[in-house]
Amino acid sequence: MSARTAFINARLIDPGSGLDVTGAILVEGATITDLGPRLFNDGKPANAGIIDCAGQILAPGLIDLRVFTGEPGAEHRETLASAAESAAAGGVTSFVTMPTTDPVIDDAALVDFLKRRAAATAKVNIYPAAALTRGLNGAQMSELGLLKVAGAIAFTDADRTVASSLIMRRCLAYAANFDALVMAHAEDPALSGHMNEGAYAARLGIGGTPTAAETIIVERDMRLVELTGARYHLAQVSCAATLEIIAKAKQRGLPVTCSVSAHHLVLNENDIGEYKTFAKVSPPLRSEDDRNAMVEGVRNGTIDTIVSSHDPQAPETKRLPFAQAAFGAVGLETLLAAALSLHHEAGMPIIEILRCLTINPARLLRLPQGRLTIGAPADLVLFAANTPHRIDPTKFRSRSKNSPFKGRLMQGEVLRTMVAGKIVFGES
Amino acid sequence: MTTDSALQSFVTTILHPIALVSVDYSLASQASTPYTHPAMTGHFSRQHLLAIAPLQRHEIESLLDLGNEYVDLNRQIQKKRDTLRGRTLINLFFEPSTRTQSSFELAGKRLGADVMNMSVAQSSVRKGETLIDTATTLNAMHPDIIVIRHQDSGAVALLADKVTCSVINAGDGAHEHPTQALLDALTIRRRMGRIEGLTVTIAGDVMHSRVARSNVHLLNKLGARVRLVAPRTLMPAGASEWGAEIFNDMRQAITGADIVMMLRLQSERMTGSFLPSQREYFHFYGLDREKLALAKPGAFVMHPGPMNRGVEIDSAIADDIDRSLIHEQVEMGVAVRMAVLEALARQLPNDERKS
Repeated sequence: MSARTAFINARLIDPGSGLDVTGAILVEGATITDLGPRLFNDGKPANAGIIDCAGQILAPGLIDLRVFTGEPGAEHRETLASAAESAAAGGVTSFVTMPTTDPVIDDAALVDFLKRRAAATAKVNIYPAAALTRGLNGAQMSELGLLKVAGAIAFTDADRTVASSLIMRRCLAYAANFDALVMAHAEDPALSGHMNEGAYAARLGIGGTPTAAETIIVERDMRLVELTGARYHLAQVSCAATLEIIAKAKQRGLPVTCSVSAHHLVLNENDIGEYKTFAKVSPPLRSEDDRNAMVEGVRNGTIDTIVSSHDPQAPETKRLPFAQAAFGAVGLETLLAAALSLHHEAGMPIIEILRCLTINPARLLRLPQGRLTIGAPADLVLFAANTPHRIDPTKFRSRSKNSPFKGRLMQGEVLRTMVAGKIVFGES
Repeated sequence: MTTDSALQSFVTTILHPIALVSVDYSLASQASTPYTHPAMTGHFSRQHLLAIAPLQRHEIESLLDLGNEYVDLNRQIQKKRDTLRGRTLINLFFEPSTRTQSSFELAGKRLGADVMNMSVAQSSVRKGETLIDTATTLNAMHPDIIVIRHQDSGAVALLADKVTCSVINAGDGAHEHPTQALLDALTIRRRMGRIEGLTVTIAGDVMHSRVARSNVHLLNKLGARVRLVAPRTLMPAGASEWGAEIFNDMRQAITGADIVMMLRLQSERMTGSFLPSQREYFHFYGLDREKLALAKPGAFVMHPGPMNRGVEIDSAIADDIDRSLIHEQVEMGVAVRMAVLEALARQLPNDERKS
């Protein structure tokens, strides 16, 4: 008989079915085999490990569409194993890796390598995204068909925008040919600086990136999606104007979705303070109005998913003058707490926040996870939504500590994480 | 059948009741006595052959009938006729070509014409002469028929407008290649006994293919069901309005086909990011045994040549004499071009011209 685990006295939240009740879940092997408010009412199950959740929230494990690692090529920043440790500690049970490694993931053999490596070393589910263009060069499309057959879950140039409209058109048309998901970064390289363009950047004397750098590309891409029919996911929204474009595209029925990074939901350009490079991200942290628009976008459904944009950077790439420092912030271990700030500070129901972290990304990637249903994979997170704690990056499982939330008081603590029926974080 | 071609065949029926005569094209009847309908060959009465699109069904059929006769002539030891004796044929090729040019050359010579080949890659056009200047210069030499291939769509029609002789389009850009479609049709008709009702899948770089365009027109007019298949990057916008069924999945497109017509893939499609690589193209769109097994049992494979083995077609299929009609297409090419030359020559004025 396979291993059985019973979660009892849990507040079950499943955004996919709208479930939000006190109840129990039975896990057998790697699968949820029973759940509901009346399960185990007649007594505790026999032959099962019992986890008393003490009324805390038990939800599908989080699915993160945007995680950078350093494997292969920069293992000192992050390996698949350390990213998976970090994810498990953050309640993230599945994540998509960006292809910006060395070598770039633009060949079917490399996708195969990542899948084997993840299966051998990582304790959560890892789904590799492959490069949309070869070597992320923006000039020649990758072998999208063969890569997809090899197991690439999506195609993206990660933190780069395909500048040529022609190449982007061909990439989208070709992706549509294979019903492949394209995750695009929108930042016109010709218009990009180091932080949000505006009064604060001017005062700091730092070259700015106007919101137009994003909107120009997103407008263009919406037209190209209309032309090609490709499934298009905008990897990160940063400003209110982009949300208007996305909302309009959705109204017109285009196959378009978008994510927001947790740090764009919580922070704004002022959090850069005195040249704090941990707050240097791409696209940049925007104005407070833009941040409020992001929160509203999650609330009204224009934004489909919340991602960590976990991008581990070592001191040698961050302890530099602001303009020379690398972009990127770690985020796997702060994703849930940052997202829950929408509940604590903006009054959003927790089930609505979790929707963007579970069922929505699962549907986008066509994964069976992200649901509390009988037969679904037993990928679960148990968390205390209200527990306050101060973010201390030295305690991160990630190999890199570049968190813009360092020292910040946040609410929401992950108690246990389960992947495929096995506890991968917290007491077992 | 499209409304357009339905209308055309209706008009054809009204105006040319002779076209209603049922014709047995089967191999058996050809083996004994080649079919010739005396009236039909007279139905093509144009000065030029620039495209398939404007042709009527009976014109196409008359050319195919005449071409069919020349197949037999070409298999004899004495291949020479004097149909075009005294006539001058100029092959004017702005794009390099081996098989089309030599096919026209042979066709002209077998009909007794004087044939001159002009490869313009090294000629005065390279020195800056405009296309129209070239045309008027050639026209002053009193050729009777000029065969033209040009890399730009519409260039042959432009030239035809400026000369007094007959012009045959041997391929203009991504527009039309009418004699290729005729030779393909003759090949199919001789093998299958008919074209009406057949399912023909045309696969590959439809966007840049003049062969595909001419074939869609011709096969539609003759009542075949045409399917086009290409990756979305190589399928032109609006192709769905040509009267063909559009596919992006090769397997779906081949399933149940009587004929699979492969198109040549130019290697420059890789650098232009139409496609990521040859190996990926072959994997998804190359014709191999596995994909061909989805077609009707005994379905035939065609290719206008020259082939890229291992890119759009597996050698095992290209060389399979039971399935591949590729060499037969080349043979039909000479015959059909003889038919076209003869049909056009009939329209040439017989009185002495004044310059």
